[in-house]
Amino acid sequence: MSAVGSNTRVWALHLGVIALLLAANFVLPEYHRGVFSRVLVLATFAMGYNLLFGYTGLLSLGHAMFFAAGLYGAGLPVYHLGWSVPLSFGTGILAGGTLALVIGVLALRTTGVAFMIVTMMFAQVFYLTTLYFTTWTRGEEGLVLSQAMRTIDPAGLDISLSNPSTRYLIALTLFSAVLLLMLRLVRSPFGRTLVAIRENEERMRMLGYDVFRAKLTAVVLSGLFCASAGAAYGLLFGYVGSGFASIQYSILPLLWVLLGGAATTLGPLVGTLFMFYIIDYTSGFTTAYLLLVGVALILLILFFPKGLLGTVRERWLKWLP
Amino acid sequence: MAFGPYFLLATLEGLVTAAVLALTALGLSLVFGVMRVVNVAHGEFFMLGAVLAWAVSTAFAGHPSIGFAAALLVAPLVVGGAALLSERLVLRRLNYDPEATIVATIGMLYIIQQLALTFYGADARPVQAPFNVRIQLPWFGYSGYKLFVIGAAIVLMLATWFVLTRTKVGLLMRATQYDSETAQAFGIPVDRVYAGVFALGAMLAAVAAVLIVPIQQAHYLMGRDPLLLSFIVVIIGGLGSLRGTVIAALLIGLSDGIISVFFSPTLAKMLATGLVAMVLVFRPQGLFGVPAR
Amino acid sequence: MTDIRKPSSLLTSTISRRNALKGLGAAAAIGTAPGFVRYAQAQSSAPIKIGFQAHRTGIGAAYGRWYERTTAAAVKAINDAGGINGRPVEIITEDDGTDAARGAEVVEKFANQHRTDIVYGTLFSHVVVGSAPAAGELKIPYYVVSEGYHVASGKMNRYVLQPGITDVRAQCRSVAPWITSNVGKKITMIYPDYAFGHDHRDFFGPAAAEQGGEVVAQIPIPPTESSFTRYFPQIPADTDVIYHVMVGPAVLTFVKELGEFYGGSGPKLFGFIDSLEAVNINSPGLEFLEGSHFWEGMPRYLQEDATDAEKAYREAVGLDETGASVNDANDVSTAAHMFGCWETLHIIKDAMEAADYRGPEDRAKLIEATEAMTEFPEGPAHPQGAKVFNGKIHQVFGSQSISVVENGRLNVVHRTSIEDGMYEPEADYTTQPL
Repeated sequence: MSAVGSNTRVWALHLGVIALLLAANFVLPEYHRGVFSRVLVLATFAMGYNLLFGYTGLLSLGHAMFFAAGLYGAGLPVYHLGWSVPLSFGTGILAGGTLALVIGVLALRTTGVAFMIVTMMFAQVFYLTTLYFTTWTRGEEGLVLSQAMRTIDPAGLDISLSNPSTRYLIALTLFSAVLLLMLRLVRSPFGRTLVAIRENEERMRMLGYDVFRAKLTAVVLSGLFCASAGAAYGLLFGYVGSGFASIQYSILPLLWVLLGGAATTLGPLVGTLFMFYIIDYTSGFTTAYLLLVGVALILLILFFPKGLLGTVRERWLKWLP
Repeated sequence: MAFGPYFLLATLEGLVTAAVLALTALGLSLVFGVMRVVNVAHGEFFMLGAVLAWAVSTAFAGHPSIGFAAALLVAPLVVGGAALLSERLVLRRLNYDPEATIVATIGMLYIIQQLALTFYGADARPVQAPFNVRIQLPWFGYSGYKLFVIGAAIVLMLATWFVLTRTKVGLLMRATQYDSETAQAFGIPVDRVYAGVFALGAMLAAVAAVLIVPIQQAHYLMGRDPLLLSFIVVIIGGLGSLRGTVIAALLIGLSDGIISVFFSPTLAKMLATGLVAMVLVFRPQGLFGVPAR
Repeated sequence: MTDIRKPSSLLTSTISRRNALKGLGAAAAIGTAPGFVRYAQAQSSAPIKIGFQAHRTGIGAAYGRWYERTTAAAVKAINDAGGINGRPVEIITEDDGTDAARGAEVVEKFANQHRTDIVYGTLFSHVVVGSAPAAGELKIPYYVVSEGYHVASGKMNRYVLQPGITDVRAQCRSVAPWITSNVGKKITMIYPDYAFGHDHRDFFGPAAAEQGGEVVAQIPIPPTESSFTRYFPQIPADTDVIYHVMVGPAVLTFVKELGEFYGGSGPKLFGFIDSLEAVNINSPGLEFLEGSHFWEGMPRYLQEDATDAEKAYREAVGLDETGASVNDANDVSTAAHMFGCWETLHIIKDAMEAADYRGPEDRAKLIEATEAMTEFPEGPAHPQGAKVFNGKIHQVFGSQSISVVENGRLNVVHRTSIEDGMYEPEADYTTQPL
């Protein structure tokens, strides 16, 4: 297999997926289009998580804080200050990036399970902070961003983010941008450095790499991606609440990534879709659906121990990025 | 209330929190320390113990202490059996792969929660303490049972310490924890040690739940906080260090109790959590852990 | 539900003048356009589909169970009496997991997949607030039974209504005068440190002050807390009343620890039953509550002066005298809230009939018809009591019960008037476009 051939195949696959998703906007039934809008945003969150967990080998249990930083960073200015959508989308991402930088500098002093616990505790502090400032955040109850707040009018064009098609296309744009960035990133020398750190950090250090700097960059990029998902979620769906900062939203991206396949570019999307539909489908015919979800997760991981795409890559498609 | 008595109360409460933390973390420190798997379902074994305690204790008429004693016997056995089963059926087949076990134990969490919701229900149900003594101090009253929990935690920790350091079983566990491959090479049945450790860890969680449930009630979602707190205690203490686990529990319990004297409750929680996290930032191997080789 | 579809039961059911006229019209059509008749009949007998967002899992599951039972009983009562506009009602239930994000997804599922006529349900306010944007965008009426102040605050949208249960602001205002004149004037508030608790703080304090009361301390408890004793020293010694509102399973711990802390002495207690819904008041550890007072939306225990409508309602839902399930004395209901499901469904029926609702194209008319409602008289449709509806803020006002725990029973000692809970509206949804 030539490098050029492999390269073309990889780009064709990713652009093909994006094209399919674009077509989906016009053919999917209304309900499923709405589902996909949400899943695309959440899969972006999962991709951000994957960069750190899958590629760099840092298991964080605190990524809810980056998602929520984007959510609040965008939602609060819109709600309280009447800022425009693009501006507050920017502040959301900025909030997530800044938080990731600070958390990264502190938490990267640790490795392995200690990193997991430290990020979890910082996320818990963040969650409590959203409750402590209930006066502005309305805590667990949360805030509704009205449809009027969620419109963009560049040059007189009135674009409402609550329009299903607009929303889908914006979600897809965000997803595609982060997906292609991820693809470029993980195939770049920097991406290979991250994987090498995951495999043997000590060796990289002895080879003279600035391991801390690389890991910090990964944390910040991961935080930026997750925050962009959070900001988009709030602006597109109009709700900002502290539930998104709770531990549940730190465990979910981990689960999505593991289901789809850690360190695969498309795994996060597959995992997020799978998890959504297994709950949506099973809850349709039994009240005890969590039992079925649990059994499905166990069976899946028994037969696909590296996640869906991870196992596919291991057994069949070695070239899958 | 004057500052002195207030401080006394906060310290007492901190000690109880520490005892509860140490108890819940005990099982996890074994599982996590020896097997190195992130068992997300550990909290559900705890919950199962509490729910079983309710079921058993309500099945016995007469003095509450009879039902309580029965629960202390039955709950750990049932939970241990369930854990053994899930270890043989699932975890072993995954070769204890750290990532796959996370998904598998999340699956187990869903299953156990749903079973509890279906058969036990969504309600919080109290279990009567084996005895009801209220100790009246000059400034406030205090629960005698809470003091008993502190004592029980000390006894259980000592027993675990004894098993780990003075028995053959303990030796096998420690050898497996230190280096499972070498242990295997020396003929230690690592596979069976893992099974035993997983069951024992779940049983300890169940015992802790039975002891705690007269203070905190059984509820099908009660497993999450003990899980998170146990992880924190085990890691802050230093993986595999029983002494570290105790000290970390004391540190967290007391800081939680005492900081709450000076700040509004949510702010106190934020500060306490943040401070404990900083301990790990500046001592990444935990209080009594050995720096990574 | 099924026999409604037979023509015979349509004829024997209560025939209003409108129904009778419609029947005549259909009869006239038989002679002229046979082909059209089948369509007209199919149209008129197709069920009205109501999407029911229920807490089946998550922290609200105890409430959800009883909301489901009350809903089933109310739908049976409505269908037995001829359905809505002669059409049977069909409930389609989806679990919201007591989760805000899932709540919104479920609303979309109702509107776009199940194609329900409206969405109804749910208690926890974060689920309501999380779902409200979806309901507004899809322009599907969303009737909630949540008691939060979110609807009345004007922060939701025109498609969100709460016509079957009073909101927390009205509840606080209603009980304040009674507390200050009967229990004590120096009040310490203990509440969860999030929006629901802050509503109590913000609305009760001023209402008590108007009556000469004084809030001497406020103790917000983080929701992650499972033990409370360490906060009790913050209760000032001169406190007359501890006003407590806690949510979640930890409440049993809270009460027990209060008992251990104070023993037989200490301030009096006034609490919101929310925390003890679905919990037997005679549970071990709750002995300390004897003699304390509670707000109840509707009495849990059957009272001596219960109205016929109240008795019929309890019978239909399956409540025994103590407010537990007739099948299981340990299965205690959420009586103080779930009546809202019964009443809301009856209001939906009245509004749909007033709007001559035929299908999703009449959703806007349905909203307007609901907004036009003003008074609900006490009776089989409103067993909790008479109510006044404010169409501008989409919120209903009613009376509250204050009960005392006596010999392990909750006995009503005072019923507030509807006016006690009234406040100046802060919003007007009717100015928003439909």
